[in-house]
Amino acid sequence: MSSVLYDVPGPKARRVSLIGSVVGSLLILGLLAWIVSTLAQQGIFEGRRWAIFTRADVWTLLGNGIGATLSAAAVAAVIAFPLGLLLCLLRISDLAAIRIPTRIVLEFLRGMPVVLMMFFVLLVFGTNQFIAVVAGLVLYNAAVFAEIIRAGIQSLPKGQREAGLTIGLTSFQSRMIIELPQAVRRMMPSLVAQLVVLLKDTSLGYIVAYGELLRAVQVMADFLGTQFLFPVFFVAAAIYIAINICVSRIAVWIERRGSKKAAGGVAKAEPEPIEAEVK
Amino acid sequence: MDVIIENLPLYWEGFLRTLFLSAVSGVIALLLGTVLAAARVSPVAALRGFSMTYVEILRNTPLTIAFFFAAIVLPRLGVKFEQFEVAAIIALSAYTAAFIAEAVRSGVNSVPVGQAEAARSIGMKFGQVLSLIILPQALRTVIPPLINILIALVKNSSVAGAFFVLELFGYGRQLANSNGDQVLAVLLGVAFFYLLITVPLGILASTVERKVAIAR
Amino acid sequence: MKAFLTRRKSFVVAASAALALTLSACGGGGGTTSNPSVAEKPTFAAGSTMEKLSKAGTIKIGTKFDQPLFGQVGLDGKPIGFDVEMGKLIAAKLGIAADKIEWSETVSANREPFIEQGKVDLVIATYTINDKRKQVVSFAGPYYEAGQALMVNKDNDTIKKPEDVKGKKVCSVTGSTPAGTIVEKYGAELVPAATYSACLEPLRNKQVEAITTDNVILAGFVDKEPEAFKLASDETFTKEPYGIGLKKDDTVFRNWINDQLEEFGKDGSYKKAWEATAGSVIKTAPELPAINRY
Repeated sequence: MSSVLYDVPGPKARRVSLIGSVVGSLLILGLLAWIVSTLAQQGIFEGRRWAIFTRADVWTLLGNGIGATLSAAAVAAVIAFPLGLLLCLLRISDLAAIRIPTRIVLEFLRGMPVVLMMFFVLLVFGTNQFIAVVAGLVLYNAAVFAEIIRAGIQSLPKGQREAGLTIGLTSFQSRMIIELPQAVRRMMPSLVAQLVVLLKDTSLGYIVAYGELLRAVQVMADFLGTQFLFPVFFVAAAIYIAINICVSRIAVWIERRGSKKAAGGVAKAEPEPIEAEVK
Repeated sequence: MDVIIENLPLYWEGFLRTLFLSAVSGVIALLLGTVLAAARVSPVAALRGFSMTYVEILRNTPLTIAFFFAAIVLPRLGVKFEQFEVAAIIALSAYTAAFIAEAVRSGVNSVPVGQAEAARSIGMKFGQVLSLIILPQALRTVIPPLINILIALVKNSSVAGAFFVLELFGYGRQLANSNGDQVLAVLLGVAFFYLLITVPLGILASTVERKVAIAR
Repeated sequence: MKAFLTRRKSFVVAASAALALTLSACGGGGGTTSNPSVAEKPTFAAGSTMEKLSKAGTIKIGTKFDQPLFGQVGLDGKPIGFDVEMGKLIAAKLGIAADKIEWSETVSANREPFIEQGKVDLVIATYTINDKRKQVVSFAGPYYEAGQALMVNKDNDTIKKPEDVKGKKVCSVTGSTPAGTIVEKYGAELVPAATYSACLEPLRNKQVEAITTDNVILAGFVDKEPEAFKLASDETFTKEPYGIGLKKDDTVFRNWINDQLEEFGKDGSYKKAWEATAGSVIKTAPELPAINRY
């Protein structure tokens, strides 16, 4: 992988870089070894602490937690995306009477903690926990999706819209047929990155007592006793990272597929749109 | 609404704590994130690998778990702190830095190739190319997403309420418990104070964005 | 780039293989639950809540899922504890079997709204009776009187009474009543946590001086690790009368529950419920407190 940022390193630079890399890697490995041994001295890795993972009911609970996390995330994503598209169209409307109120709403949705929105929905509308979690996630993420897509539309060359209007499309048609498809494809990595955030945000469902993965883990640690706190959290972290890396990999795959199709990045071979949002 | 007026001092205290956590973590995350982004595009393979691994792991971990490691695992390793704010700041800045690194990296990639080539052709080294030519230009496109990340950071600081730091959301839950008859009003108060930080930041983001758009 | 991707793929594969490995092998566990004898076709005044619930054959009860000994959810998703036993006893009197009760988790901040919206018929969730709450819900009971206490490290002799924690760090659950009391009355510096068990680590590491909540819960922790922790004192410094929350001004229902509570006290089922749950840590069984028929 060569970069435009530096010259191809010569033999000396390569040697220095290699030595540095080896020393650095050794340092990191040493640090990890120290962490593991310190924790091991405190008995964190004793077999009896990890024996709980041989119990079927532990895995049933974890499985239910994973199911609850994935189902809330999936439903929320499926609703939030079209809603985000709609909000985006309203936000860039030619009419100030539509544009400005939408902007206020978006600003509000983006600025409110998701936890609070879930809680409001639960208390004000008296819904069940699942709906409260999904609603909180939808409200926030639709706003974020809208912003990402808008950024995508604005990053398109002006000529796209002008050409559309010139051939007699209405403003709305130009948005739908010409600009949105390009913007969505261009922002796909950011959109999928936001999907990971959405997935992780299901863990905020603790506030309305939604039984997702992290909640299941806490219930388990509480019920079994604190000596299992560490194993249970290590496993939870591993599960989350595994699920999310899978989702992120889809992002990488789409990005590469997309960049093949939509050839013609201006700056680099692989144009990388700006990450628009985090949790 | 009485409950908000009556408990204004508590709200204020929580608000200040949230502001403090967000500000300190924000500054640390910006620095760490920029260093990580620089490492990610550097000529040294090990640095690239480290930065990539860091970002990949932290971005895919729920914040709660990051907090667990900072507040509960670290003390077990002998890293003890008098104030739990330290753990919260470690967790928040380590987590946010991963997102900032990604944003800055995207910004670096948005700078036209010719800029770097020109810089190199007049004999600049990697560090100079990056710090004198690329980053200042990247900053312009990166500022709006960075502000969005900071908005998220402000809201994320509410997780600290479950990990030994009493901040705005923690006070909110306290008040909701002791004022069972006015739960909604209490929460509206909490929402108001969050919006007090996040909305101005959001407006700042779109203002900067507009300025940048004109400059293009 | 390609090399990196394959490396990552192999990591994912390795991780899932590790998960699968831990999956194989089996074990088992159990908890203590009881099944009080269910009343056969009880009759109630027409139009009363009791009649409605009895006819429906099911009742919705809200309880805590994270309160050891009172309401704590097990690995099978079913709550156990003293609050749960009280719920079962009341349901039995309505002719509803224990497995027909719909348990839902109520956290501190949603107990009142849940009752007001009718999402639960009763809340039995270490729910302290107080005047502010009485403005929006009604309380039967109290069925138990807890009191706040302090737990410290075994070697700590400086903290004996609540006045000793002034200006010191004390851990408790975010937004809980004991957390409010220790700050407002005794000037402690609150270190809030998600659950009481999360407080144990900072106490062990001496990052906080004490943990405070109701004595029963602390007794549970001391019982599990007597070599590490102790109660600062056996005396409690607040009175927390736990009540059963129900819809405001449903006086008929409230009086009926109060009658049942008194009966549980007399026929020994109150004591049995205690012994099956919190009694495993606290040997002296409590007397049913005087019912407050306001």
